[in-house]
Amino acid sequence: MATLRTTPEVGGMGHSVKRKEDPRFIRGQGNYVDDVVLPGMLHMDIVRSPFAHAKIKKIDSTAALKVPGVLAVITGETLEKYKLHWMPTLMSDTQMVLPTEKVMYQAQEVAAVIATDRYAAADGVAAVEVDYDPLPVLVDPWKAIEPGAQVLRTDKPDKKDNRIFHWEVGDRAATDEVFAKAPVKVKQRIYIPRIHVASIETCGCVASFDKAQGKLTVYMTTQAPHAIRTVFALVAGHVGLSEEKIRIISPDIGGGFGGKVPVYPGYVIAVAASVVIGKPVKWVEDRMENLQADSFARDYHIDAELAAEKDGTIKALRIKTLADHGYADAAANPSKFPAGLFSICTGSYDVKQAFAEVDGVYTNKPPGGIAYRCSFRVTEAVHAIERMTDILAQEVKIDPAELRFKNFIPPEKFPYKSATGWEYDSGNYAGALKKAMDMIGYADLRKEQAAKRAKGELMGIGISSFTEIVGAGPSKHFDILGIKMFDSCELRVHPTGKALARFGTKSQGQGHETTYAQIVAEELGIPAAHIQVEEGDTDTAPYGLGTYASRSTPTAGAAGAIAARKVRDKARKIAAHLLEVNEDDLVWEPGKFSVKGAPQKAKTIQEIALAAYTNHPQGMEAGLEATSYYDPPNLTFPFGSYICVVDLDRGTGEVKIRRFVAIDDCGNIINPMIVQGQVHGGLTMGMAPALLEEISYDENGNVQGGSFMDYLVPTAMETPKWETGHTVTPSPHHPFGAKGVGESATVGAPPAIANAVVDALAHLGVRHIDIPITPEKVWRILKEKGVAE
Amino acid sequence: MAKHAITVTVNGAPRKAEVESRLLLVHLLREEFRMTGTHIGCDTTHCGACTVLLDGVPVKSCTVLAVQADGRSVMTVEGLEKDGALHPIQDGFMQEHGLQCGFCTPGMMMTGYALLERTKSPKEDEIRSAISGNLCRCTGYVNIVKAVEHAAAKLR
Repeated sequence: MATLRTTPEVGGMGHSVKRKEDPRFIRGQGNYVDDVVLPGMLHMDIVRSPFAHAKIKKIDSTAALKVPGVLAVITGETLEKYKLHWMPTLMSDTQMVLPTEKVMYQAQEVAAVIATDRYAAADGVAAVEVDYDPLPVLVDPWKAIEPGAQVLRTDKPDKKDNRIFHWEVGDRAATDEVFAKAPVKVKQRIYIPRIHVASIETCGCVASFDKAQGKLTVYMTTQAPHAIRTVFALVAGHVGLSEEKIRIISPDIGGGFGGKVPVYPGYVIAVAASVVIGKPVKWVEDRMENLQADSFARDYHIDAELAAEKDGTIKALRIKTLADHGYADAAANPSKFPAGLFSICTGSYDVKQAFAEVDGVYTNKPPGGIAYRCSFRVTEAVHAIERMTDILAQEVKIDPAELRFKNFIPPEKFPYKSATGWEYDSGNYAGALKKAMDMIGYADLRKEQAAKRAKGELMGIGISSFTEIVGAGPSKHFDILGIKMFDSCELRVHPTGKALARFGTKSQGQGHETTYAQIVAEELGIPAAHIQVEEGDTDTAPYGLGTYASRSTPTAGAAGAIAARKVRDKARKIAAHLLEVNEDDLVWEPGKFSVKGAPQKAKTIQEIALAAYTNHPQGMEAGLEATSYYDPPNLTFPFGSYICVVDLDRGTGEVKIRRFVAIDDCGNIINPMIVQGQVHGGLTMGMAPALLEEISYDENGNVQGGSFMDYLVPTAMETPKWETGHTVTPSPHHPFGAKGVGESATVGAPPAIANAVVDALAHLGVRHIDIPITPEKVWRILKEKGVAE
Repeated sequence: MAKHAITVTVNGAPRKAEVESRLLLVHLLREEFRMTGTHIGCDTTHCGACTVLLDGVPVKSCTVLAVQADGRSVMTVEGLEKDGALHPIQDGFMQEHGLQCGFCTPGMMMTGYALLERTKSPKEDEIRSAISGNLCRCTGYVNIVKAVEHAAAKLR
């Protein structure tokens, strides 16, 4: 914010207010799902398949039922009686809750054991005997689309192949024509591997069915409690669960990042068990279950091409992608977008023609395709365009910064209509890149690199100038299972001038209790400390679609501002009544209305709030509250420029990030401290897949990277000291000009790092390296080029 | 299964329990004693969310048996605050925005606390090394390092 409109005591927009959620967390008094204990609560544990593809011949529960403390073993047959053995995914595909015939991936749920404590449940799992008949395994998505490949989804009678969807955007013919005539063309296959969000808290729930009241309460690690309630009502309506009798409570959540959007089989089994047994049932997965069975992210095989002039001016982009979704399309995209917002792939550049297509395919892997701290496939799109931009720069022998400046959408072209159909709201891409270059000392670094190269040392500088697309979304385009992607705020001002604000989203660490209070403080002048923010309980909070895809500030935050403005409109009427003047004669400044020309005649928001309950005008309803269901007119387009400097170890192939400068532009900032924290975290989750994380499978479908032994989450040792900064280009359509920031850095960081490593090796003829760029990959290149030490 | 009578001093107060041999210390704390500030994040000793101090030394309580704590002293996040006053490590995390979702925070603070018991003025690389067995997915560690430095300055 250029100027602060409120004092630090009020703590509106732009103040680094300390977080309201911290006092409970630093005392160990958070309330996460595994902390929930209910009277008579039972524990559930899950039997999982060792095979990636197998027929189930028999499940024998005899021995398990003899284990002390074990009360029941639930199988697909049990659930089939209630027609709950299959469930819909958020992408209108179907997914097994528990199998009745075959398993489709390693670690798939096969049966569940209910017991009096978690140790007994684990004993029961060990005692369940399952007889499998292994089937041929299809791991490679390229093989899965070959003619004659075995058809995996035999549950779908009409299915004759493994294709899930074909999606395309842009003008194919016009794009092909540009490519046919272009003097410069570059092409690259880019694989963006399967990874996992691995929030430090795994997923789980406590399902509690009250038979007397017929009411189901589920404490659940969900980023979207309201949508989950509706899904439960739709899926289990036939067994008597009705939406007014379902209460979903998202307690404190230990990180989400997209992994806590889907409905997992474990939730459904726990609910079914509680309904049947009539007692609360707790299920909390362990880390290996979390990594091996929960929704993965990415797994995009991208063929990308750029057409350009000899001077590096980009003319067209063409992309063909194969998306490996595992055995079910359990992505969490808006319904009309099977490839999410991948069509942001023209990035920050004025690309006149573009065509992109994505084919989804089934394999014997866990279902998914969710985001990893990004807005619906935006990371994949940004990685493709930012890598291709560098490859083009290398081809035409132009500095990658210069090539970007040449191709950026200029500030005067906003709002900008992209070749893939988006209307970018605002941007100043050159401003962000210039600031990043100044901050890191780009020109000097290039000189240093040249000197080092002459000595045989390997140093690289990588740029990423990304544009995101977040805040879904305008309801005319965006829905999940038909529910429009608005979000909401219900605001009540109490007689003493304090307030309660409830939202349809759900924080997982983003600090909504603080930032939402600041939004209301900015609009009403009530101190943020006096505004209680609540989310996550479907019995009390207004309906909303939840927190993911950086949508909280663009949608629910906007709803908070609009609800506060409605309150202010009523407050103005009350103030006019109290001051005995016309409404038009009043001037607002945060916290009070005063009479034009007579500033000593004023009423504070607190005085007005009291009057709303004690002395409101005749004919006006008492009270001071308002609700907003905010439907954004457009998405928001945060952007930034990142520059990374790496040094490569010629002996080990290790990539050392020496410096990393991140300039972000998320429009107007609510809380600078929290924004910086989001960028730090996002950068670390951007570095993770760039250098460390991958979940791969051997030819039998055995998972590699299924525990923290081999799935390498960054520690404090690998993580550099991030350097951050900002430019501010407000969103013109958002009520307070904000854009969302939680995921920018995760989206922008991977190509900056990959570009830096390739840059370090470019003089040796290296043009591309797939992430994660492990020491082994680098060492093999060094060896091949004859420069390994 | 055989049960063992154990006595563990938790945050200065002796606590008795009858436990199975296999009961993990983290489950003793969370489920028997209902002190849920110590979290479970991985079961393989990698994430450090369950870090507590056993006789003053940080251990991952998901890989310590409750019976191994018999007759010994355990300190958890619930033991940091004394007489209504936050410990500087707690204040440091709040002041420096060293936490977001809060799930790794108790373990991270216990590791930081133990480091500051050993050394008064740790350098950045010492802090990073000390917390390298505690994973955080939210903060990117920069502010956690600052939080420990903040506490160190306050304790000096």
